[in-house]
Amino acid sequence: MNAERIEDDLPDEPVPVMQQLLDNPFLLLFLGIAMPTVLYIVWGVMEIVSLPIAK
Amino acid sequence: MSVNRMFRTCPTSGLVFHEPAEKLMRWNAVAAVVSLLIGGLLAIGVVLTRWQAVHLLPPDRFYQYLTAHGLNMLVFWIIFFEIAVLYFAGSTLLKARLATPKMAWAAFWLMVLGALVNNYSVLRGDSSVMFTSYAPMGAHPTFYLGLILFAVGALIACFVFLGTLVVAKAERTYHGSIPLVTFGAVTAAIIAIFTIAAGAIILIPTFLWSVGLVPTIDSLMYRTVWWAFGHSSQQINVSAHVAVWYAVAAIVFGAKPMSEKVSRTAFLLYILFLQLASAHHLLADPGLTSHWKIFNTSYAMYLAVLASMVHGLTVPGSIEVAQRQKGFNHGLFEWLRKAPWSNPAFSSMFMSLIGFGFLGGISGVMMGTEQLNLIIHNTLYVPGHFHATVVVGTTLAFMGLTYFLIPVLFRREITFPKMAQWQPYVFGLAMMGVSLFLMGAGTLGVPRRHWDIGFAGNAFAHEFPGAAWLMMALAGITGIIAIVGGGMYLLITVWSVFLGKKIQTPGFQHVRAKDGIAPAPKPVAAAIAAHHPGIGAGGMVAPGTFALAMVFLTAFVLYYFINWKYLSTVWPLK
Repeated sequence: MNAERIEDDLPDEPVPVMQQLLDNPFLLLFLGIAMPTVLYIVWGVMEIVSLPIAK
Repeated sequence: MSVNRMFRTCPTSGLVFHEPAEKLMRWNAVAAVVSLLIGGLLAIGVVLTRWQAVHLLPPDRFYQYLTAHGLNMLVFWIIFFEIAVLYFAGSTLLKARLATPKMAWAAFWLMVLGALVNNYSVLRGDSSVMFTSYAPMGAHPTFYLGLILFAVGALIACFVFLGTLVVAKAERTYHGSIPLVTFGAVTAAIIAIFTIAAGAIILIPTFLWSVGLVPTIDSLMYRTVWWAFGHSSQQINVSAHVAVWYAVAAIVFGAKPMSEKVSRTAFLLYILFLQLASAHHLLADPGLTSHWKIFNTSYAMYLAVLASMVHGLTVPGSIEVAQRQKGFNHGLFEWLRKAPWSNPAFSSMFMSLIGFGFLGGISGVMMGTEQLNLIIHNTLYVPGHFHATVVVGTTLAFMGLTYFLIPVLFRREITFPKMAQWQPYVFGLAMMGVSLFLMGAGTLGVPRRHWDIGFAGNAFAHEFPGAAWLMMALAGITGIIAIVGGGMYLLITVWSVFLGKKIQTPGFQHVRAKDGIAPAPKPVAAAIAAHHPGIGAGGMVAPGTFALAMVFLTAFVLYYFINWKYLSTVWPLK
């Protein structure tokens, strides 16, 4: 039995959401930039700029 | 515009190389090794100065050497090699042509120019600001300019890699999802893009400050944003060397991941959380709240640590399964005893895994705990930790991959094969010693960057215990042995690549896009049959790896709580 025959016999299944995420490098890129930008850089910078200035 | 569609197939490995990609991999790898050579030579001065009995260099020269050592090792060696890995994982593993080779060459030459300009600035003697280059300590403008040029080149290279994924998908050179090693490379590229963006946010204004166009740089703002670049650059390494672990396991043993889903999810955890660990460098800074510090380290970082533990379990687990299927199925550790310990690709990779986990991983979690960080902040413990992660972990893994790539990519036989068998042990074990002794000295309070722990001639001296001096001496001795191990690697690789015996292989041939070069998808029946029947013990297919994981967890828990006990003694609560 060759590979095409086996593929033909299988019903079409929807691709799971998690696999769609993992198969999309540009969505992963967005997440990989957004998460540390918000949680580390933006949050950290907001804390620093809100420090009262010494008199 | 014509597209180069020339490919060759390596007769021994079956890997497919695209002509421009192969050339770019070679040049990036060579640039990496040159950087390693420069950084290694400078390491001699650093090691022999911090070994107090020798104390070789005067202070100005020491800080100059330390700066150049840090940049050549932590940035140039590693990132040049990583770009080669990205092209390998994108083009070779997907059997795809490299997207925009001209842009890839532009990226390479920008990186070379950046590395040269940066080294020039340090060589001048007025940019001895060390890897961290904390403002307001200023360097010559060419210091920042060199880093910016290098970063722009690396950023272009990352997008060439992502473009190659698009080409591979459009030309259907693979079926289904990309291979796990390529997925690991995607993770490294994503972290690299964040890293470079963070570097641009802080280094461009700092460059403008150095030429007088910006009046001031806030030191806390600098440190906060700089570490998103400085520490994340080391997280690129983690993703890249974990991808190399999976690659070496597949190459040497034909090992398949125990669970693709679990391994990919672990890489996803890296993408989401690994960069946040940068915050552990700021745990002692008063300007940031504990909310920010604890979220980024003690919560988010633990998810990245979880991912590393998953990889640390699944890589040896997949090797164990492959070995047991070959018949090494007796007892807990026959698979490990009968492993090819004389194959430097394997020995490098396995020591990288053990060293990264036991030394780098456990110490990293300890450092990332806000309270425990007080014991070791800005001490030699920090270089001890990152020599375990970046040198034992990343550099050793990359060395192992080199032994595979010399015959396959450079088409040369490895010269001095006996020395190649020994090299990973000399370098790896000595570097583990360096890491341990630096961490030991750091635990005793020895400062991270100070040139002289004897404080000769200083108004405010401090007397360190004799054990600290002993640790520094042991770090010096093991450091010299590690440099010898690094020298062996350089001798073997340079000699093999330029003077080694050529391996005759079939040349490049034109492959039409519509012909494709991807293999047929694996029949489902065969995939099901590959599910490990009759191996392992106690209902587990990889009981030896499970036992190793238990040893690791025990060491982890013990070390963690010992440090809490230690904290209570250095900072007694009454």
